[in-house]
Amino acid sequence: MTRTSRIALLLLATLTGAAILVPWLARHDPLAIDDVLRARLVGPLSTDEAGRFHLLGTDRFGRDLFVRMMLAGRLSLAIGVGGSLMAGILGVAVGATAGWWRGVFDRVAMAAADAMLAIPRLILLLLCAALWRPGTTTVVVVLAATGWMGVARLVRAEVMGARGQAWVDAAHAIGDPPWRVLARHVLPNAIGPAIVATTLGVGNAILLESGLAFLGLGVQPPQPSWGNMIAGGRDLIVTAPWVAVAPGITLILTVLAYTLLGDAWRDRLAGETSTTLRDRA
Amino acid sequence: MSHLQPVRTLVRRGATALGLIWLVMTLTFALLHAAPGDAADLLVAPDASPEAASRLRSDLGLDRPLPIQYGRWLANLLQGDLGESFQRREPVRRILAEALPISLWLGMASLTLTFLVGVTVGAIQATQHNRWPDRLLTGLTTTIYAAPSYWLALTGIAFFTYGLSRLGAPGWMRIPAFGLTSPASDATGLAVVPDLLRHSLLPVAVLAAIGAAGIARYARSSVLDLLHQDWVRTARAKGLAPRRVIGRHVLANALPPLVVLLMLALPGVVAGSVFIEMIFAWPGMGRAMLGAIAARDYPVVMGATVAYASVVVLANAASDLLLDAADPRRRE
Repeated sequence: MTRTSRIALLLLATLTGAAILVPWLARHDPLAIDDVLRARLVGPLSTDEAGRFHLLGTDRFGRDLFVRMMLAGRLSLAIGVGGSLMAGILGVAVGATAGWWRGVFDRVAMAAADAMLAIPRLILLLLCAALWRPGTTTVVVVLAATGWMGVARLVRAEVMGARGQAWVDAAHAIGDPPWRVLARHVLPNAIGPAIVATTLGVGNAILLESGLAFLGLGVQPPQPSWGNMIAGGRDLIVTAPWVAVAPGITLILTVLAYTLLGDAWRDRLAGETSTTLRDRA
Repeated sequence: MSHLQPVRTLVRRGATALGLIWLVMTLTFALLHAAPGDAADLLVAPDASPEAASRLRSDLGLDRPLPIQYGRWLANLLQGDLGESFQRREPVRRILAEALPISLWLGMASLTLTFLVGVTVGAIQATQHNRWPDRLLTGLTTTIYAAPSYWLALTGIAFFTYGLSRLGAPGWMRIPAFGLTSPASDATGLAVVPDLLRHSLLPVAVLAAIGAAGIARYARSSVLDLLHQDWVRTARAKGLAPRRVIGRHVLANALPPLVVLLMLALPGVVAGSVFIEMIFAWPGMGRAMLGAIAARDYPVVMGATVAYASVVVLANAASDLLLDAADPRRRE
């Protein structure tokens, strides 16, 4: 393992651990608003009038930013990982089916992939967010539905490349049924690029999720998400910059860690993957 | 190869692009009809009277079977009829036509800067491979690439409007952060240009910074690949200055992959422009689409989606043609 991927993994482990533990250990409900006037907009590393210490300060309703940010981290990480994992699985399924059996399914699936890739992903997300009710479930489903195309193309190409190989013929010759040849022999060889693309997709998904939340089309307040926390600090950016800066930096660190991890895994696993610049928020 | 080859390529690329736009339209139609509720509920203005609503339904053909609706919708689209906005009671086409030039200006300016800065930074990194300038720039580009555009825009605004004056910078250094032109300005025609450019500085810079960070990552590796080619060694061996080797020989050969990169960066710039337009209050397509989503103005949302996709598809077709022209090996 390279030094970069070790640092990235450490960062992610710390973030995930903190996201799980901090809101659980917090003595104060991060969603509750009580004494707004006395606790609002307390600066980082200072104590409010009630004598409570705030590591990163408080927002305009007097809620502790650090605890809220970690609570938001739970959701952002879960949505990012869940959404890309679902997209990855969908992509592998579609790509493998299309590349192995070809035929009508292949044509329809690839046409759909081409059409969806022609619409910038954010626009596609906005369209879906406009048509369905905004919320956590919608975001995960839509992230999966708009993120499978890249993986599907990669896996399809790998599977089609494997079809003519001698070891595939050998697997057929010993009497394995086609689905078994696909699942046992072809897919394990084709899965590397899909894993890399999915890992790189997590950072992307987190950025898109935060973008939708920032626009008010994703995770809805009072449930915190990094995106809607930044939106909450938007008009305070001059008077109380920490409200928007802290979740922004956490978001950058998280996406950075997934990008570094994906890069490191690409060098190890994939050899050569088709490089796509991500469609970002 | 016959002399008709270029024409045939052109026709094939054009047909592919049209096919893709048709697929996008079909997908948009399918999404609209897959959404919960009747498509009629979505397309008929919420405040319409029952008679007006049912008239609109039959006008729009929403009481017809789905395949017929699809055919009519497609036929209208092909004639450039995108329907009418609920909110503004104007043809969607006119709304988008007003917004498109603003988004195109933002996109083209950012994309140009993205390309220039990204390629330059990537080339510098490749020549300084694994030395401190390379490491520093790698850290910088990877970090900027991980930052959300709206956050960069917000912090940029805070710094350039408030931060600079706190630091005692003179007033002219403060960059305007909102709108296309100053509200007080009564300039018309070409006199608007200086004001427009000043207002464009921050939005274009933020969008280009992210794009350039992405492009630099790939430009670095493609220039690195090229640096190890035999003909680079030849160019060096015949005594060319390093700058000339990079500038004339390596970059010229790196160009086709870079055109591909530029096209890959395009959807990102489009997506980023939605946030930038929102934050800097530019009345472009992104802002029109966001406003329409908030007002549940579906014809505008659908129209904007098709317009965005068409821009991307056409740009891709243009880059394919460019690559065909630049690289004879691509022609079949």
